[in-house]
Amino acid sequence: MEISILNVLGPVMIGPSSSHTAGAAKLSLTARSLLTKPFTHVSFGLYGSFAKTYKGHGTDIALVAGALGIKENDERLKRAFLIAKEQGVTYDFYELDLENTHENTVVITFTYTDGEKMEVVGSSIGGGEILIRKIQGFETELTMNSSTLLIRHLDRVGIISEITKVLADEGINIGVMTLNRKARGEEACCTIETDSYLTKNVVAELKKLGDITSVQAVNVE
Amino acid sequence: MYQNMEDMLRLSKEQQIPLYQLILENEMKLTDKSEEEVWKQLSMRFEVMKDSASKALTKEGKTVGNLISGITKKHYDYTLKDETVCGTFINSVMARALSCSEVNASMGKICAAPTAGSCGIIPAVLITLQEEKSLSERKILEGLMISSGIGAVIMKNATVSGAEGGCQAECGVAAAMAAAAVVYLSGGTDEMVMDSVAFSLMNCMGLVCDPVAGLVQVPCAQRNASQAINGLLSADLALGGMKSVIPPDQVVDAMYKVGKMLPLSLRETAMGGIANTTQGKKITKEIFGD
Repeated sequence: MEISILNVLGPVMIGPSSSHTAGAAKLSLTARSLLTKPFTHVSFGLYGSFAKTYKGHGTDIALVAGALGIKENDERLKRAFLIAKEQGVTYDFYELDLENTHENTVVITFTYTDGEKMEVVGSSIGGGEILIRKIQGFETELTMNSSTLLIRHLDRVGIISEITKVLADEGINIGVMTLNRKARGEEACCTIETDSYLTKNVVAELKKLGDITSVQAVNVE
Repeated sequence: MYQNMEDMLRLSKEQQIPLYQLILENEMKLTDKSEEEVWKQLSMRFEVMKDSASKALTKEGKTVGNLISGITKKHYDYTLKDETVCGTFINSVMARALSCSEVNASMGKICAAPTAGSCGIIPAVLITLQEEKSLSERKILEGLMISSGIGAVIMKNATVSGAEGGCQAECGVAAAMAAAAVVYLSGGTDEMVMDSVAFSLMNCMGLVCDPVAGLVQVPCAQRNASQAINGLLSADLALGGMKSVIPPDQVVDAMYKVGKMLPLSLRETAMGGIANTTQGKKITKEIFGD
């Protein structure tokens, strides 16, 4: 049997809906983990069933909770609006028309204190599972079920082999890898899902490589 | 390696191990977790279940549209008065199932079992049985292991999603999982465990998913209460020696096929059934506007 009993009894979550509440919190929590600076505002563009029913399922509260770092099983989730006020964080919601995407999709845009923006697009695909589709305009397909590296770099010959060598030297196995670039020789984005915990050392070693813009590691328990 | 209930019966006989042990060993192999870790994870989930099954008994939850706020406390007060038709045991089970539903709808913490919408059935049945028969924590966790092992097999061969299979796939499967644990905890054989699963699913075959305003409240809370009782009576039918004429795996298959045959309007879209009544539509309009 390839289904874990802990997926049958679970997740432990804040109700009422695994896709509209737990999944929503997980989406914005993931987006938050990719921030590089403090933020003051977060915008949520809602599509499909998210846009139609978000009030009834507390999707709005869950999204704000995730942006504040509150997990889908944390009872503070319910008080997210209040906590945002206490922390001086503002937020807004708007409806979106997207084509060919999953019913429960959200565009999350953080505004840093310096006015710069960070945008993540993701979908809640059921049972609390999520899919991150876009990070800062780069297409991805991250489930965030394993520890993930997000590397922004210049598109040039050999850079991927240098990245994978660092991982091999650290004994890290690559599960899934995606690579996207804006244009030949321009900015590119590489996402790597791994089987191991990503240490600060791994991130530091990757940053030492030439033509790397940024390296971010998101570890999953 | 097992794929269905027939495999489970055969393997536990061949290997001469209890059913829960077969499920435990599969889980350890699948997830690389130690035995201790698996028990710990189950125990952690049971704690969440206990909290959600008691929280709304005495304290009203605030739910969107207030469709089920306070229904648990009201039913629990009635249960305590000892003037019920079905008796204190049955009514306590229903009150606890309602509590989980009310806690879930008011953004409290629950354990999906197998889904958030059906989170009250297994806790209500197991906690009340534990109280009634003074069962040890370890025994209850063995029951929970059997419940979730059965749930995994149904998830694999059918579905536990209301959007795919209707309420029979959510609350019906939860009833079947609860029945399996009850039969084990009452000293029934492994065959009886599987028969109780078959009875539970037969008893609610075709049950549609029709939540008013798309909210996990009405008739979800009532279905949690009634399917908890379905699980209990199905366990008794099996324990009394009744054999399922149809092999349990074939009943699961039938449930899946019936789910697929249900029109979209009766699969969690709030477009049919109770949701589509005059009052149901009025409530939707009041909460969400047009």
